[in-house]
Amino acid sequence: MSADTVPAAGSAQDRLTPPSRPRRMPRATLYWIAKHALAIALALMFLGPLVFIALTALMTDAQALTSQLWPQSWNWGNFSEIFTTTPLLRWIVNTMVYSLSATALMLASSVPVAYALARIRFRGRKTAFLLVILMMLLPPQVVAVPIYTLWASMGLTNSLWPLIIPMVFGDAFSIFLLRQFMLTIPREYSDAARVDGCGEFTTMLRVILPMARPAIAAVALFQFFYCWNDYYGPLLYASTNADSWTLSLGIASFKALHSVQWNLTMAATILVMAPVIIVFFLAQKVFIEGVTLTGVKG
Amino acid sequence: MTAFLKPRAPSPRWRRRGTVLALLAPWLIGFTVFFAYPMASTVYYSFHRFDLFTAEFIGLDNYWYFLGDERAHLAFRNTLWLVAVLVPAQMVFGLGVAQLVVRLKAGAGFFRTVFFLPSLVPTVAGTVGFVFLLNPATGPVNGLLSAAGIEGPDWYGDPAWAKPGLVLLALWGIGNLMVIFMAALLDVPRHLYEAAAIDGAGALRQFRSITLPTISPVLMFSAVTGVIQAMQYFTQAWITSRVAAGATDSPGSSYTPGYPDGSLLTFPQWLFQTAFRDFSMGYASVLALIMFVISMLFILILLRRFRAFGDEGA
Repeated sequence: MSADTVPAAGSAQDRLTPPSRPRRMPRATLYWIAKHALAIALALMFLGPLVFIALTALMTDAQALTSQLWPQSWNWGNFSEIFTTTPLLRWIVNTMVYSLSATALMLASSVPVAYALARIRFRGRKTAFLLVILMMLLPPQVVAVPIYTLWASMGLTNSLWPLIIPMVFGDAFSIFLLRQFMLTIPREYSDAARVDGCGEFTTMLRVILPMARPAIAAVALFQFFYCWNDYYGPLLYASTNADSWTLSLGIASFKALHSVQWNLTMAATILVMAPVIIVFFLAQKVFIEGVTLTGVKG
Repeated sequence: MTAFLKPRAPSPRWRRRGTVLALLAPWLIGFTVFFAYPMASTVYYSFHRFDLFTAEFIGLDNYWYFLGDERAHLAFRNTLWLVAVLVPAQMVFGLGVAQLVVRLKAGAGFFRTVFFLPSLVPTVAGTVGFVFLLNPATGPVNGLLSAAGIEGPDWYGDPAWAKPGLVLLALWGIGNLMVIFMAALLDVPRHLYEAAAIDGAGALRQFRSITLPTISPVLMFSAVTGVIQAMQYFTQAWITSRVAAGATDSPGSSYTPGYPDGSLLTFPQWLFQTAFRDFSMGYASVLALIMFVISMLFILILLRRFRAFGDEGA
């Protein structure tokens, strides 16, 4: 994967538009209009839900009970009200702690594993990689019962620890992605480092890590958002303890638990989406490259 | 100090093994504790009555129980429905949107961003949002439909419309697939289209004879990983049911998943309910093993078909 696999507007039209047949202009113009009209219609459908959610978040309680689309008055106070009517701040703190610590631990443990799998020849490497793939692809529910039992025996259920601690031992998806990227770094770089007297650790830290920065940024972002969005994990381990609830648990029970209207519920969902969308606009390239990396070619 | 003065310096080969072991150590522990042991343990528990504290051997009773467990069968059918409808729908829509975006001459970057954006929306937020949007009384979707003279369905309150409602949610979050398909489409050599156009092939013919065969590995990969994901479909259905039914995740909530009328009960939800709400963990292990066997079938297809999963390079 490299920058040129990222779809870009210019290259798209150059490479894909079949040469137009020698006909009159109108047909090409009609085609142009049809394409772009379709794109605009689709864009409205993709953005529509976000717009309606945002508009409802600004309505009064009474108006949220109606099917009106446009707020009669703009109630920005809804966003502060959700902080006072629910323990939103606590959920945010818990979610941040979970996401940040899991991401940091995952990087520290997964990068060396990916390095070994991609850049060192050793017996059993093939098997080890196969097992990483199995761990990545098998549904987590398959092994959930014994792992839950394990945490229960340590008295760590009712907290977020069972979701953070395993990150000390690497994350299969991140290992896989990092390894795929590290494979693309030419072997000559490692050879040169070896000639200069570097051992594997030095080669990893000084040569490969700096070159693998795009991939590291991508897996870090993916991990952070995975945790930020994670519902299954917190539901399994933390739902029984209101003190360790995360944002996703809070939002899912928001309306029923706090007997509020849709306007406040939508304000809360906006609040969950906002950080993700802001980070996306700041790091759009990292995202698109990372996603492209996951669509493995045969 | 020269090397031979050191007493029994380890040979380079052993030092290399030591390095590899040190690099892999965390993962080796993780593999053993969070994968190998739980796999074996799941098989063990499946022959036991187990409630988190005591395990009593009951032979194949849990397996026989599955044969008569109608909730489990319902959950299985619902998951099958999702695999059969959701995955193809996502593939077709994702490919269509990707085809459109790579052909746009104006604003391709803008449209790509707009189409990708919803896939970033946190699952919980998107799901709660859709329960509101499709709410028949206050949501805008049925409001807009009735303005157009159409009486909208009851969506998440109607067993016949609940799953199609989830398909809409899934199509909204098509962004990842679109990006992957766009990358594949841009890799199709342009000269193939030129040659086909000279031979008089129309757009449809070009799509069938050039585009599809060239990108088929990517399509195949997305289809199989899509199936594996659809088998795990949990969060969206679980939350939709709860929010639509007005239930919570708080302890003591005596709510059974699947509202309305079991139509949104998927297999992983039934596993979750039996294991962690009813604490029938022996029986839940049987459900887990069923999931394991079915996912393994699809994982084997991936491993056999895709070089990228093989051990090449360095």
